[in-house]
Amino acid sequence: MPPAPAALPVPPLPGDKVDLLARLTDGLDAPGLWWLSGYAAGLAARPGARPAAAEPQAGARLTIVFGSQTGNARRVAEQLARQAGTEGLAVRLLRADAYPLPELKDERLLYVVISTQGEGEPPDDARGFVAHLLGKRAPKLPQLQYAVLGLGDSSYPLFNATGREIDERLAELGAHRLFARGEADVDVEAVATPWLAQALEQARGTLAAAPSATVTSSTSTVLLSSTTTSATVTPLRAVAPASPWSRETPFAAEVLANQRLTGRGSRKDVRHLEIALEGSGLTYQPGDALGLWPRNPPALVSAVLAELSLDANADVDGVLLRTWLAERRELTKLSRPFLARHAERGGHAALARALEPDHAPALATLLGTNQLIDLLQAYPARWSAADLVAALRPLAPRLYSIASSQSVVGTEAHLTVDHVQWEAPGGRRWGAASHQLASSDEGALLPVFIEANERFRLPRDGARDVVMIGPGTGVAPFRGFVQERAAIGAAGRNWLLFGAPHARHDFLYQLEWQQALKSGQLHRLDLAFSRDQADKVYVQHRLREHGRALFDWLEGGAHLYVCGATAMGRDVEAALLDVVATHGGRDEDAARDYLARLQQQGRYARDVY
Amino acid sequence: MGAHSVEDIKQASGRLRGTLLESLANPVTGALAEADQVLIKYHGSYQQDDRDIREERRVAKLEPDYSFMIRTRTPGGVVTPAQWLGLDAIATTYAERGLRITTRQAFQFHGVIKGQLKATMQAINAQLIDTLAACGDVNRNVAVAANPLESRAHAAVYAQAAALSRHLLPNTRAYYEIWLDEQRVAGSGEEDEPVYGNAYLPRKFKIGFAIPPVNDVDVFAQDLGFIAVLEDGEVVGYNVSIGGGMGATHGDAETYPRLADVIGFVTPDQVTAVATAVVTAQRDFGNRTVRKRARLKYTIDDRGLAWFTSQVEGRAGFPLAAARPFAFEHSGDRFGWVEGHDGRWHLTLRLLSGRILDGADGAHLTGLREIARVHEGDFRMTPNQNLVIAGVPAAQRARIDALVQAHGLDGYRTASPLRLKSVACVALPTCGLAMAEAERYLPTLTTKVEALLDAHGLIDAPLLLRISGCPNGCSRPYLGEIALVGKAPGRYNLMLGADHRGQRLNTLYRENIAEPELLAALDPLFARYAAERGHDEGFGDFLVRAGVVKPRTGIPLELQA
Repeated sequence: MPPAPAALPVPPLPGDKVDLLARLTDGLDAPGLWWLSGYAAGLAARPGARPAAAEPQAGARLTIVFGSQTGNARRVAEQLARQAGTEGLAVRLLRADAYPLPELKDERLLYVVISTQGEGEPPDDARGFVAHLLGKRAPKLPQLQYAVLGLGDSSYPLFNATGREIDERLAELGAHRLFARGEADVDVEAVATPWLAQALEQARGTLAAAPSATVTSSTSTVLLSSTTTSATVTPLRAVAPASPWSRETPFAAEVLANQRLTGRGSRKDVRHLEIALEGSGLTYQPGDALGLWPRNPPALVSAVLAELSLDANADVDGVLLRTWLAERRELTKLSRPFLARHAERGGHAALARALEPDHAPALATLLGTNQLIDLLQAYPARWSAADLVAALRPLAPRLYSIASSQSVVGTEAHLTVDHVQWEAPGGRRWGAASHQLASSDEGALLPVFIEANERFRLPRDGARDVVMIGPGTGVAPFRGFVQERAAIGAAGRNWLLFGAPHARHDFLYQLEWQQALKSGQLHRLDLAFSRDQADKVYVQHRLREHGRALFDWLEGGAHLYVCGATAMGRDVEAALLDVVATHGGRDEDAARDYLARLQQQGRYARDVY
Repeated sequence: MGAHSVEDIKQASGRLRGTLLESLANPVTGALAEADQVLIKYHGSYQQDDRDIREERRVAKLEPDYSFMIRTRTPGGVVTPAQWLGLDAIATTYAERGLRITTRQAFQFHGVIKGQLKATMQAINAQLIDTLAACGDVNRNVAVAANPLESRAHAAVYAQAAALSRHLLPNTRAYYEIWLDEQRVAGSGEEDEPVYGNAYLPRKFKIGFAIPPVNDVDVFAQDLGFIAVLEDGEVVGYNVSIGGGMGATHGDAETYPRLADVIGFVTPDQVTAVATAVVTAQRDFGNRTVRKRARLKYTIDDRGLAWFTSQVEGRAGFPLAAARPFAFEHSGDRFGWVEGHDGRWHLTLRLLSGRILDGADGAHLTGLREIARVHEGDFRMTPNQNLVIAGVPAAQRARIDALVQAHGLDGYRTASPLRLKSVACVALPTCGLAMAEAERYLPTLTTKVEALLDAHGLIDAPLLLRISGCPNGCSRPYLGEIALVGKAPGRYNLMLGADHRGQRLNTLYRENIAEPELLAALDPLFARYAAERGHDEGFGDFLVRAGVVKPRTGIPLELQA
C-alpha cells in the first residue's frame, strides 16, 4: 500500500514551492510521479548543478530503515517517521530492500526497526540489507549515530537475533550507539512505545546539534563545473591514476561473488560475477569490456593428453606440455589450419574433403560444434608434443562486456556470463573462459584487463534518450548504462528491450529492472520471451510491434544500442530497417542510409559476438 | 495487510475488477499488482510462490517464483466423471503436483503461472464448474456431508446446499468479463449486490450441511451450520448453528477458535431466508476495522448471541423454532463399500492429505482417470480430503475394485486408523501463510506416531490427528484429538484433548516444540491411555477425564440438545 500522505515529512521547501508542487503532482498517475521523482533526483545528483550537496543533507537527516515480515516493524517505523516529520525533522523512511546500500557510509543518523523470523533469520525484505551489513564489504561507519529496535517472539530460541546482530555489527563498524537496543516481544507496544519516545528525543537533539543544511548557492566545493559539458566522466575517474596493468600484464583480480542468475527450470546457467579491481588502478566506462586470460578445463587437458598418449611432463621449449595445453594453447576452439594438418597426419580423406571450397557450410558447422578433443576422438592421428604445440593456436583472451558502472560499484567490475556447456558423444564440453568463470569460487584470482570500447558509449549529452536492445547476456552493458545514467542524473529516457526463453527462469536481473522501473531509472521495458507461447517471439518482433514509438524516439535524437549474439544482431538490423521504412516513409535504400547516418553520428552502436 | 486496506480495496474495486486485466497483461512480473492480489481471491485464486526457492531466487536477482492456486466452487464436492476427466486434463496441462482435494470439498490446482491463468480458468468453466467466490470475503464453497448411506437425504441436502451456494454468489459480472471474455455492458462495475453490498463481507464466511450421525463437515467449525433432521429418511428441516470458526493468531488472546452455537430449527423452505439473514447481519455488524477480529464468531461474542439471533429472526421475518435433538458419532469418513438406500454402492477411498498424483504410493491420478472413464455415478470429495466413488451399480463393483487395486488406491484396506483419519493443510512450499510443514511432513510424522502407538498396543485406536502449517486452521486442527499447529520450520504447538465428534476443542499442551519433544510428550500419554482407557473411550475424552488437559472455558463445548 502506498503510505498515507500524512506519513510524509514536512517538505524542506519554501511555501510557494509547496503550492507549486501540489499543483504539479495533482492528477498525475504513478508513472508520471515516478518519472518526476527520478527527474528531480537526477537534478539533485548532477555535479555542480545544484547547491545542496549530499554532505549537509545527510548530516541533517534521519534515515529510518525497516525490515518487516508481518507488518509490525513497518508499522512502528512508519509511526516514528510520522512523528519525526510532524516535528519538522528531515526524515526518510525506507524498506530495507529499497535502501541504497552505497549511501550507508554517508549516513549520520540511522534507526533500524527490524523483526526476527523463525530460527533467527531476518525478514525477507531485509535479507540483502543484513547480508551487506554483516558481510566483509560493509563500510566503516565512524560518523554514524544509530539505534536499533528489534521485534520478535520470545517463544523462539533465538529471540530478536537479527536486531542484536545489526546493533552489534554497527558498533563494530565504528558507529556510535545512541541508546540501548529495544527488544520487543509479541506485545510490541510495551517496548516499542518507550523506544520511540527515546528515539524521537535523541533525533531532536542530534539533528539540532548538526550543522543545518546549507542553502547558499556557493559551488566552491564542487569538483567539476557543469556549465561546460555534461560529460559522462565522473570526478572519481578524472583523478584516477593510470594503471600499470594491461592485456599483456593482466591484473590478478579477486572474485567477490559468483551467483547464478537463471532459475532452476532454466536450461541455461547464466552467472553474475563480481570482480575486485581494487588496488589495480584499472578503471572502465560503461560499454567497456573486461578481458580474461582463460585457463582450459583441467579435465579437458587430461583428456587430450590421454587421447594422444602424450606425457604431461614432456618439455617443449622449456615449458611442460601440461602448461602449454592448460594456459597457452586453444583447446576449445578448432582452427582450419589445424584441421588441415590433422587430416594430413591421420590420412583422413573425409576430413580433407570438408576443407574443399564447396563444403564451406559443413566446415563451418564442424568448426563451430567440435572441439579439439572431439576431433581427436573421431579422427585419430599421432602427434608429438612439440608438433602439437606448434600446430595449435595460441590461447587468446576472452572479452566480456562489463555489466556495471563504477559510479555505482566503485572498484568492482560485474560480468554476466553464459556458462557454455553441452554433452558431446565423447563427454561433457565447456567454453574455456565461461567454465572457468562459472567454476570460480569467491576469493579465486583471475588474470584480467580492461578493453576499452570507445564505439559503445553513452551519449555525452545526458538529456538524450537511449534505446538498448540486449537479449540474453547481451543485456550486460545495459545494466552498466542504466546504473551510470541514474548516477549522473541523466535527464534522457532509457528504453530496454530484453529477450530470453522463459520469463519465469531466464529473466536476467529481473529484480533490478523492476526496481529501476519503479524508481524511474528505466522508463520503458519491452520483453520477448520466446518459449512462453506457441509462437516464438524475439526482440525483433517487439521492435516491429513498437515501431512507431521507436521511430519517434530516433527522430527525437535517441541513441540506439544493440548487444548480443551475431545472428540476433542481423535480425534486429532487418527489423530496424523495416521500422525506419514503415514509419519513416522510406524505401529500403533510404532506410539503410538512415541507419548508416545514425551510425556515423555515433547514435547506433553494436556490440555483437 | 490491515483490515483497512482490504476494505478500501474492495470498495474501490469496481465490483471486484480492480486492475486485474492490466496486471494479467504486465510481462515484467509474474505477480499481480498488490490490490489485485486481494481481488483475485474472489475469483477463486491465490497468488503464491514456491517458498522453497524464494531465497535462492532472491540471490539470483529473480523475483519469487510466482504462481497461482485455483480453487473450484463445487458445493458438496460433487463432480461427474466427465468433469473429473476435464479437471484431470487441466491439472496435467497447466498445474503442478496433480489435483488436490481440500477440507471444503473443492479441487485445488497449484502452480499455474500468470500467463496461463486465463486459459486455465476457461478450461475449468468449460467443464461447467466455476471458481467464483471460492476464496475472499464472501460465502465460500458450501460443504455437505458426503454420507453415502442416506442416499435420499443426501440428494435433498445436496440440492439445498447447491441452491444456497448459487443464491449467495456475488452478482458482479467481473468474473465473466475478465476470464470468459464477456462484453462489458452499461452498469458494469456498479452492479447491484443485494446480499453483499459495496464492500462484500468483513471476512470469509463458511457454511456446512451435516447429516447425523456423521459430522464429517465439522459443522460446529462453520460460520453457519445446518444439521439435517431426518424422519423416516426424509429431511424435515435443520438445526441452525452459528459462530464457528478455526482461525487464530499466535500470541494474540483476542483471537481464538470457537465452536458454533445451535440457535434453533428451520424447515427446508426457510433455509435461504435464514442464511441470507445471518450473512447480511454479519455484513452489517462484523468488525471491519480489525481484520483478524472480523469473523462472525467475534461479532457474536462482541454483541451477544441473543442479540445476534434476534437480528437474524428480524431479517428472516420469522422466529426460529426450538432446536430438535440430534447426536453425532464421529467426524470421520466410512471407508470401503457401503450400500445406499437406493440400492447403489459407494466406495470411499483414502487419499492422504487429499493429494492426487502419480507418485511413489501409486499412480493415483492415472487410476482415478481410468475409473472416471468407466464410472456411471458421480464423485464426491469429502471434507476429510477423501473421495467417494458414488452411485455404483452392484455389477460394476468388481471392475472399480480392480482399477483401485491396480493403481494403489486401496490403501484404505490396510492403513492404520491414525493414517486413515489424519488431515493436513497444504502449507509449504506454496501457502504464503505457512510457518511450518504440514502436508509434506504428515507421512513421516504418521509413521513415527504409529511406531509409538504400536509399542503401546494402540495401533488400532482410532486417533484423530490433524496438522496445520499455521494457526489459521484450514485443516481444522483445533478439533483434532492430537493436533500440530505450525510455529516455525520444524516447530509446532501441540494441542490435545478434542473429542472425535467435532464437539469439543482441544487445548494447548506444549508450545513451540520440535519432533523429538513432540514424540517424548506423546509417549507417556499413550502409555496411560493404553492402561487406563475405558471401553470405547477416545483419546481426547480420556485426556480430559484423566485431567491431563483442561477443556477450554468460555467456549461452548457440549452441544447435544
